[in-house]
Amino acid sequence: MTVMQVVFLVTAVVSLGGAVMVVTTRNLIHAALWLILTLFGVAVMYGLLSAPFFTVIQVVIYIGAIAILMIFAIMLTRRVKQEPGSSVNKGWWLAGLMALVLFTALVWMLSTWPGFQTTLPELPQDFDSIKVLGAALVSTEGYVIPFEIASVLLLAALIGSVAVAWERKS
Amino acid sequence: MISLSYFLVFAAALFCIGLYGVLARKNAIAILMGIELMLNAVVINLIAFWRFRSPEMITGQAFGVIVFAVAAAEVAVGLALFIAIFRRRNTIAADEIDLLKW
Repeated sequence: MTVMQVVFLVTAVVSLGGAVMVVTTRNLIHAALWLILTLFGVAVMYGLLSAPFFTVIQVVIYIGAIAILMIFAIMLTRRVKQEPGSSVNKGWWLAGLMALVLFTALVWMLSTWPGFQTTLPELPQDFDSIKVLGAALVSTEGYVIPFEIASVLLLAALIGSVAVAWERKS
Repeated sequence: MISLSYFLVFAAALFCIGLYGVLARKNAIAILMGIELMLNAVVINLIAFWRFRSPEMITGQAFGVIVFAVAAAEVAVGLALFIAIFRRRNTIAADEIDLLKW
């Protein structure tokens, strides 16, 4: 076992365990904290895949913004007393079964694909993925149109969420 | 040696756990957390395919950035909706929000 495999396995176990806790914990604040653990694990995965830019934006956007926003929303929407009854709906076993079947089907389908065991190729010499990514996102031969559409989408989401959550005085 | 299969199986497991959360949980914010897990699994797949299959092209990473932007927009709008619903109906349990059902 190489160092990378050990790091991968530890990270995978921690983040999958955290993900299971996210979907099973009754207390939503605890679920949000487990979600942060899982997101950290995914950030380590990006590091293993030599995508340092994604590690950073995972921590800044997901953990720094989205997870905190969720904790805010949980606190804003909590009832006075803890909700009685189960935290899952009646068909939870069906949902679990579907997830299990989908996982088995995905792994089986992927294992029949010849590229499944591709080993890690060397990155090209002098390859700075951040520089190349930045250039590709703003060049007309690259991804400037999706990039601009994403910025319009973010602006629309900003205005839309303010308009939806606005409390009208009546 | 680590191979592409590790990351694909990990992402598939994360996706399925997220799917279970989306389908089974009652609280709308918990459903949103499940969606976040699924989106993360998708981005891991994109980056893994970039790293293992075509490291000289940047396409996978560019798609990943777009998915991040869409995920951020989705969470902001989703949480705003839940806060507005909570203000009106005093609940965000997904099975009690059934105004459109008849």
